[in-house]
Formats: sequence, structure tokens, C-alpha cells
Amino acid sequence: MDFYVFLIIAAISSGTPLLFAVLGGILSERSGVIFLGAEGTMLIGAVVSCLTFVQTNNLLLATLAALAAAGGMGLLHAFLCVTLRANQTVCGLALTLFGTGLSAYLGKPVAGQALAVAVPRIKLPWLESIPFAGRILSNLDVFVWLSFALVMLLYLYMYKTSWGLHLRAVGDNPATSDVMGLSVSVTRYIHVVACSMLMGLAGSYLIMVYSPNWIEGMTSGRGWIAVALIILAAWNPLYALGGAYLFGGLDALGFRMQLMDIGIPSYFLKMLPYVVTILVLMAVGWRNRNKPSVEPKALGIPYMREQRF
Amino acid sequence: MNQETWAETVNRKIRARENAAHKPLFTFSLQYDPAKKGGGWWVPLLSIASALLLCAMFIWANGMNPFTVYAKMAKGAFGSSFGISETLVKAIPLLLCGLGVAVAYRISVWNIGAEGQLIAGAIAATAVTVYWPDLPGALYIPVMVAAGIAAGAVWGLLTALPRTYFGVNELITSLMLNYVALLLLDYFVFGPWRDPEGFNFPGTPIFSLDQQLMTFSGTRLHYGLIFALAAVVLFSLLYSKSRWGYEMKLLGANPLAAKYAGISVNRHILLVMLISGGLAGLAGMSEVSGVSHRLMYGISPGYGYTAIIVAWLAKLNPWWMIVTSLFVGGLIVGGYSVQTIGLPSSMSLMLQGAILICLIGGEMLGKYRLVRRGGSGK
Repeated sequence: MDFYVFLIIAAISSGTPLLFAVLGGILSERSGVIFLGAEGTMLIGAVVSCLTFVQTNNLLLATLAALAAAGGMGLLHAFLCVTLRANQTVCGLALTLFGTGLSAYLGKPVAGQALAVAVPRIKLPWLESIPFAGRILSNLDVFVWLSFALVMLLYLYMYKTSWGLHLRAVGDNPATSDVMGLSVSVTRYIHVVACSMLMGLAGSYLIMVYSPNWIEGMTSGRGWIAVALIILAAWNPLYALGGAYLFGGLDALGFRMQLMDIGIPSYFLKMLPYVVTILVLMAVGWRNRNKPSVEPKALGIPYMREQRF
Repeated sequence: MNQETWAETVNRKIRARENAAHKPLFTFSLQYDPAKKGGGWWVPLLSIASALLLCAMFIWANGMNPFTVYAKMAKGAFGSSFGISETLVKAIPLLLCGLGVAVAYRISVWNIGAEGQLIAGAIAATAVTVYWPDLPGALYIPVMVAAGIAAGAVWGLLTALPRTYFGVNELITSLMLNYVALLLLDYFVFGPWRDPEGFNFPGTPIFSLDQQLMTFSGTRLHYGLIFALAAVVLFSLLYSKSRWGYEMKLLGANPLAAKYAGISVNRHILLVMLISGGLAGLAGMSEVSGVSHRLMYGISPGYGYTAIIVAWLAKLNPWWMIVTSLFVGGLIVGGYSVQTIGLPSSMSLMLQGAILICLIGGEMLGKYRLVRRGGSGK
């Protein structure tokens, strides 16, 4: 019993940064812009958060600083891909390289320094009284509750409001949206920046809660797993929840199995999330082979008003 | 006084509003022209310059003098014969991997797995020395080269097959496989292949002389340079003279037209990933056999990622890649040399990313024309 409680808590804890990043990615891709700078943006978010915390000792300020810095990365991506119409794939790759380098450079003075962060947890008496779930729910921090709220909010935003309809319209058919009087560029700018800010939040969670000391390249591929999870979640915030916790669970399970010493070298257990990502994507691809794709139709295509199709 | 009719009033007001709305803020504006070719040779140079400027701001904000840092980097990379030979040593894997990714990028196959393919090649080449210790001496290098290329190609195939048969985005697969290869490397060097007499150093025993690539006298520069240059020549010959090259050009220019012309896109994706992986695998083999003379922890400081910049700076042209691999190799060596003044070697990674960002922006800016507003047309 205890084992499962701790496993689920660990799964949620390591799934939450993925969840933030996937939610961001969904926003950006729904507007038609691929944001592959996830890894670099998360690292920037983490390092800025860490540096701010060391300076001010304030969790809120650290998180806000991460949001701002990551938003800057998103703005850069939007400028290159929306205004200048550059190749979104290469541009995201460049952002990741730049973010990795810059974060390592900025984080040098605080590398390896343990942060004494006290993340507030929400304790509600009536929640704790629920038999099994209560023990899990009362052990969650504010970030996790924030992520739950975000999933619901983004779902409502995307499917129940006219803004959300506009967002999906821009991602599926920018030309028609333009004729209808929506500004394609403004929609894309807003959502790319929002996307990068959520990825910054993911980085902030990693350093503030998940492992509170800065190590170069500490995201170790989580940004890329998040990019893969967008496809798995079929661009829907609700499904993102399942995908993120599945991978959080794998991560946690691998770590537990290392501790239990079951005879498999830890290196192979650490491969689990990466290998499973590929396998799951293959399964999704096989299942959808004859179905029309749910991918936003204008994904990755820069919009040009006068262009013929 | 003439009384204006209400219709005239409305018209006048609408016209006034339209004029106000269309009044240009500037008399000149940039207009996008997709047909225009994105700039010339000056675009890479300008983007390198602006990237240096951008990073100078960060260095300056961190309390260092950017000129001192850059001078130190340049001196470290090209200032001495040792620096130059080190730069050349770094340029070899960059050139091989850069060629590899460029082949794939030409038909928009986004292989970012050169790092993993390089490591796979390095592991396979080492496996030859571990499992066949009694091979005749002269056979070692050819067998190791073959093993390295084959392992890299297989690693590339692992990316290509999910793409062609399951429609999985190759970006994600290739990157995930990088982490898998890295963990596999760690397993071997910390586990079964660790040198028992190595004082816990995470690496295999040093290769015998037969298993090492020859070096040019007195330097660390090894014969992998010849592999790399041969690959450049072979690639450009094949690309310009063979049927494969022709089909690649067609696919790169217009995939839909190529498909209608009966060219199998999937076959080309498989082929391209085999070549791409094979070249990176060769780079891995030449690293273990020519530079470190053993398989060890952290065999590649991110050559596979840096190769993307090498390829893109050269606009995917193999001959220009010789120049850009030297430049980026110099950047890496320069990155090491700034460590002596207390800066992290990731300086060079930051510079590389900034260069790539500025390059992409610059290329697109080159597609804009400066036009005068309201001059022609209506």
C-alpha cells in the first residue's frame, strides 16, 4: 500500500514538469507553430528561477522570473517563425542549443548548490479523510494543484470559448481565419509566448521542487519527451494529463527498481522513458494509420497572406 | 454655403478614416518576397558577427570584458600550432557528422541523432577490439571502420523505420535514441568493459597500436582527416553525377512533384538515414581509434548537435562545410581555453546557438525587399 502511494506521488511529481510543457506545446501547435525549443526553454526557466531564488529567497519571484525569461525565448521564436517566416524546426533546434549553452553559462556560479526551498502544500482536512486518494492528494504541492487547474482552464478555453475556437481556426486554416478578420500573427504570437512561459514554469518546477540544485542540462530530454507527448495527447489538454503521468510513472518506477536492485543495470532502467516514447508513438501511428490526422492542418507552415495554395 | 447632403457627409467621413488608417508610419517598408534568394555569402558572416555581439552583451552583463574573452578564444584555437592541430582534430567528427545531417536535411528529414549514431559507431568499433583481440594487425582498422559505419547506419535505421512504417516524427525518435546510446555507452564503460587496471577510470583499456589510427608526425591529428575529406569528395560527386543525386534534388525541391514522378520517398528516407548514420558512426570510430585510443565516458562533447550548425552555416554545401567545421572546431577549442580565465566551456555552446539563431533570421531577412510605400500601385 505504502509502495503504491509513494509511487503515485513520485509519478505525479515527475510528471508535472512534463504536463506544464505539454500544455504549452499544445497551445503553440494549435495555433500552427511548432515549438521545438522546449528543452532549451525549460533549462532557461530552471536556471533563471534558481538564480533568482539564490538572490531573493522568494519562491514566487523565482517563478515569475522564470516565466519572464522563458517568455523572452518564445518571443524570439515567434519573431523568427511568424514575422520572418523562418523554418520552425531549425529555429526550435537553434533555441534549444542556445538555451542549453546560455543556461550552463548563467548557472555556473550556482552549479551543485542545494537550494532550501519550502514549497507550500495544500492541506485540507476533508481531503485527507478520503481512504486511499486522501494520502496522495494531501501530499501535493501548489504547483501540482496549479497544473490541475491549468488542464481544466485550457480545456475550457480551447473548446468552450470563442477565443479557443479562433485559436483552433488559425491553426487549421489561417487563410480563412484571416478573411474572417482574425489576426493570424497576433494569435500565433500570443500562443507561442504563452507556450514558452508554461515551459519556463516546467523548468521552474524542476529546480524548485523536483531536484533543487542546478546541474548543467538537468532536464535530460524532458523537453523532447514533452514534444512527443503533444502527439500522444492528440493536441487535447485533457489527454495531456494521462500522457504526462504515464511518463512520470515510468521515470519513478525506473528509479524505484534501481533501489530494489533487481539485477538489471540501472542504465537500462534509465532508458525506459526514451524507449517507451518511441514505442508509444509507433503504436499511435499504427492505430491512426487509416484515420484522418487530428494534427492542426497548418502546423509548421508559415502564413503568408498572398500565397497561393 | 452649400449644404452637404447626409450621404456626402458619411462618404467624406469614411474617406477621412480610410486615409488616416492607410497613412504610412514610415515611407519605406520591408516587403516579403518569397521568390528572392535569401542573401549571399555575406549572410553567414553577418550572422556570426551579430551572434558575437549578442553574446558579448551576456558576457558584459556578467562582468567580463567580451573583447578579452573573444581574443582569448581566438588565440586558443588558432594562435599556436598546438591550437591549430586541436582545431583540426575537432573539425574531423564535425565534418563527418555535418555531412551526415546535411544529406538528410536536403530532403527535409530532420535527423538530430548524429550524437547517438556517433556513439553507436564508437561502441561498435571498440567491440571489435574487445571481442576479437587476436585479429591480424593489419585487419583491425578496416574491420573497425566497417563496424563503426554499420553500427551508425543501424542506429540511423532505428530512426528511419518508425518514420516510414509508422509515421513517427524522426526528430523525436532520433533524439530519444541519443539518450539511449549515451546510457549504453555509460553501461559499457562503467560496467563490463571497464579497464581493470584503470584506477576506476570509466573507460576501456588503451587500444594496441594496430587498433589506433595513424597520426601525422608529432601531432594529435589523425588519418580520420582523410576519411572526412574523402567523404566530402564522394558526396559532392554522387550528388551531382548520380541518379540518386538527381532524385534527391527533385525530392528536396518539390516532394509532391517527385512523388508523382515515381520516386519513392520512403526508400530515400531509409537510404538517407543509412548514409547519415554511417557517416556519424565513422566519426565515432575515428574518435575512439584516432583521438582517445579507448572508449571512455563522455566520448563526444556534443559533436552530433554541433554538426547541425556546421551543416547549416555551410547552407548544406559539402565544400563549404570544410570551412565551417574548422570555424566551429575552433569555437570548441576556444571554449576550452576560456576555462583558464574562469568561464565555463559552455560559452562555445551559447555562441553556437546564437550563431544559428542569427543565421536563420538573417537568411529570412535576406528575402525581404526595401520598398517605398505608396510609390507604385494605387
